[in-house]
Amino acid sequence: MSFAWAKQYEPKSAFTKWIDEKLPFPRLVYNAVGAGYPVPRNLNYMWNFGVLAGFCLMIQIVTGVVLAMHYAANQAVAFGTVEHIMRNVNYGWMMRYAHANGASFFFIVIYLHIFRGFFYSSYKAPREMIWLLGVVIFLLMMATAFMGYVLPWGQMSFWGAQVITGLFSAIPLVGEPLQVWLLGGFAPDNAALNRFFSLHFLLPFVIAGVVILHIWALHIPGSSNPTGVEVKQESDTVPFHPYYTSKDGFGLGVFLIFFTLFVFFLPNVLGHPDNYIEANPLSTPALIVPEWYFYPFYAILRAFTGDLTIPFTGIVLIPAKLLGVIGMFGAILVWFFLPWLDKSPVRSGHYRPLFRKFFWFGLMPTMAALFYLGGAHAEEPYIMLSQIFTAYYFMHFLVILPIISQIEVPKPLPFSITEGVLGSDKPGTTSGGGKIDPDSVVDGRPGTATDGSLQPAE
Amino acid sequence: MSIRFGGIIAGLAITLVLVLWSLAPGVYNFAFGPAPEKQPSYAFYEHGEGPAGGFSFDGAFGKWDYGQLQRGYQVYKEVCSACHSLKFVAFRNLRELGYTEAEVDAEAKSWTVPGIDPDTGETTTRPGMPTDYFPMPFPNSIAAAAANNNAIPPDLSLMTKARHDGSNYVYDLLTGYGEPDPEKAAKVGFETPLGLYFNKHFPNVNIAMAPPIAIDGQVTYADGTEATVSQMSKDVAAFLTWTAEPSLIERKQTGWFVLGFLLFATVLAFLSYKQVWAGMKPKKK
Amino acid sequence: MAEMSGATTPAVASEPETGDGVRRRDWIHIAALSTAGVGGASLLFPLVSQMAPSADVLAASSTDIDVSAIQPGQSIKTTFRKQPLFVKRLTPQEIAAAKADDATDMRDPATLASRTKEGHEDILITMGVCTHLGCVPLGAAEGENKGEFGGYFCPCHGSHYDVAGRIRKGPAPTNLLVPEYAFSSDTVVRVG
Repeated sequence: MSFAWAKQYEPKSAFTKWIDEKLPFPRLVYNAVGAGYPVPRNLNYMWNFGVLAGFCLMIQIVTGVVLAMHYAANQAVAFGTVEHIMRNVNYGWMMRYAHANGASFFFIVIYLHIFRGFFYSSYKAPREMIWLLGVVIFLLMMATAFMGYVLPWGQMSFWGAQVITGLFSAIPLVGEPLQVWLLGGFAPDNAALNRFFSLHFLLPFVIAGVVILHIWALHIPGSSNPTGVEVKQESDTVPFHPYYTSKDGFGLGVFLIFFTLFVFFLPNVLGHPDNYIEANPLSTPALIVPEWYFYPFYAILRAFTGDLTIPFTGIVLIPAKLLGVIGMFGAILVWFFLPWLDKSPVRSGHYRPLFRKFFWFGLMPTMAALFYLGGAHAEEPYIMLSQIFTAYYFMHFLVILPIISQIEVPKPLPFSITEGVLGSDKPGTTSGGGKIDPDSVVDGRPGTATDGSLQPAE
Repeated sequence: MSIRFGGIIAGLAITLVLVLWSLAPGVYNFAFGPAPEKQPSYAFYEHGEGPAGGFSFDGAFGKWDYGQLQRGYQVYKEVCSACHSLKFVAFRNLRELGYTEAEVDAEAKSWTVPGIDPDTGETTTRPGMPTDYFPMPFPNSIAAAAANNNAIPPDLSLMTKARHDGSNYVYDLLTGYGEPDPEKAAKVGFETPLGLYFNKHFPNVNIAMAPPIAIDGQVTYADGTEATVSQMSKDVAAFLTWTAEPSLIERKQTGWFVLGFLLFATVLAFLSYKQVWAGMKPKKK
Repeated sequence: MAEMSGATTPAVASEPETGDGVRRRDWIHIAALSTAGVGGASLLFPLVSQMAPSADVLAASSTDIDVSAIQPGQSIKTTFRKQPLFVKRLTPQEIAAAKADDATDMRDPATLASRTKEGHEDILITMGVCTHLGCVPLGAAEGENKGEFGGYFCPCHGSHYDVAGRIRKGPAPTNLLVPEYAFSSDTVVRVG
């Protein structure tokens, strides 16, 4: 892949030459995150979150493997082994808090990564595959996080397993047997705990595999950028290393400071006190809610309270329970269709006045409200508010975005990324253009062709 | 594009479903329906504020007060342990409260733990050893329920983490017993059910636990501290905070160290980043 | 900073270079990278340390044994740190035989007195772990093969220990280990 001006890996010593012939792994790394990967020069801090998400996955895998060395997936002792980790294992409390809060921070980073994609339309051609793989990663993360939360076998673990597998019982005909099959019993017990542990260990490595595909797909068209204008010339890009390695290093430091604050000073605020009570199949906690990162989807689940009937006949087409499940999964599945629902030729929200209004005053408040409502008690007015915001959520993706992309008049786009950054595309007229090589500012070089939809809107 | 057309249809359909079948009745009920009925007991609940002056371990620079933890242990041993277990804590852990090894040995011996007769193999009891865990007051949950009017006394090892703002909660609960305002109670017809006790800091104000710390001087503190109800409650709340998270103080202290290092490293990373990018950014006009 | 344009291009080439080719301005990158390296390396400490014995395992490392019921010639098998521990009361004949061998040429020379406590030289306490590869030797229970020297015999690879648990024949490199212990009373031993 990559642009014509991407530097080639040149092994220097005899040893690196030998390695390059037998197993060109250093070449792979160089082309992925080294000087062999030219990146738009104008990425803002919102582009830090991809690397951070990868780092979160690493935190989770390392701490998770450590915890698995001390944990036992048996309902009689699981809760006790978690306490054993907290009390007896050297630095066990640190590992467990890092893992539990790591999951939350992974989702914070991923949500910012996704919202970045929404605003800058990162899902648009030629990057549809990156987006689709990203949604797959998100779905896998949700499954992994849910199963991980069951493992401590506290009250929330147990009832979470009960409620979430109960979703599947909404499916007509096969639902009830399906739930029993998923749990390996009629209620969450040893069988469920063991399989959740097994899958919770497996899925992160599946995620890592899909992440590799995600990055592979990214490196074919190259990274998007805040102007949404495709890379045209070498002056539009800088090598990933050292420019973005240094920026990501700084971003990582800021991220770790926040992470540390939670792990060491507020390790339990993102969890539920009820999960420090051992699972009790005879008593449900007063407020059953998932972890905070599932709140928006949980709010959508609870928004569907009425059966879908044929008016005046009383014939139930879809019962409320199934509607809720369809709505919840539909809320994520709709992301799969985004590249085809929003066909505006302009990517960046900065150049789309109407889209931007609906993003900041429609989608973002809706997400914020759904985050709040998912954690609220299932009572009025919260149910009604969930319904309003759920309706807007689907309207936004399915109705508003397609219509906006038809009627919107975008603002004029800069001719190139360089012009967007410097105000001019002519090298030498800028004070800071030390990196611009005049020879490279030539349009139509191989690899710089952009698809027609991305020309400046005049 | 057919996907966009289908999307618009689907979006409108979902909205329609929500509006017609759920939203409209919801709005109607919210506007005109009867207000949700609240149990009369809610009127008597009072949110507690925790002990005056807070706890020594509060805040990012908190420290254990070892004298207080030892007093709290004494309250647990003389009062709570009759009904409540502490199953995740071992006698050896008492070393962390400032007891010497000999004191822990003696303390462990003062407890009776289940054992096995080496000659007959029958279950019996023996004095505790430092490696033993605190014994269960009841052999099983059925016995616990039978002895306590059907309410099983919960294990206390994790109590302060199993409740929101747990240290203050334990203190408030222990000091929240009393009588409801008789005038108010008569007005709404509120009465504490038989076998339960009124506690204004318990979420539904009727608690199955009889007031455990009822009078001043219920325990005689070895260090001479005056054993008021408030003092005993505070001490045992501190002790239970320690049992729930023995690594609490170590955690915060490690946190400061890590945080300091990260701040330093991040400043360096920022300078390095700015250095790399120097010359790439245009001059502001 | 606009004057300092071009971090990596010709503008920099005019900078004085130190002997090893490191530009002076690079110190900040080196400092940042080495700080990050120190941070990463210090993460290894908890990651390695967590695999060491946990607090409950370390705490279970002392055991009290009542030796009053052991008759001369008898042994009991108990556990210390989850490993078998042999406690044997020697008969006067065995003591005499062991003392007689004290001066013999052995692979791991030791006297009976050095392997027992003064005043209790009839009580021999050893780990029941063959020093070859960790099997449990026979000879502690009634009727088991005691080996050619009347002590313990490891069936895995044929190590023979004498009545004092000293290696006399076979592949084991050292005598059966005598753990740290002390008599806390005349009849009770605290091991560990």
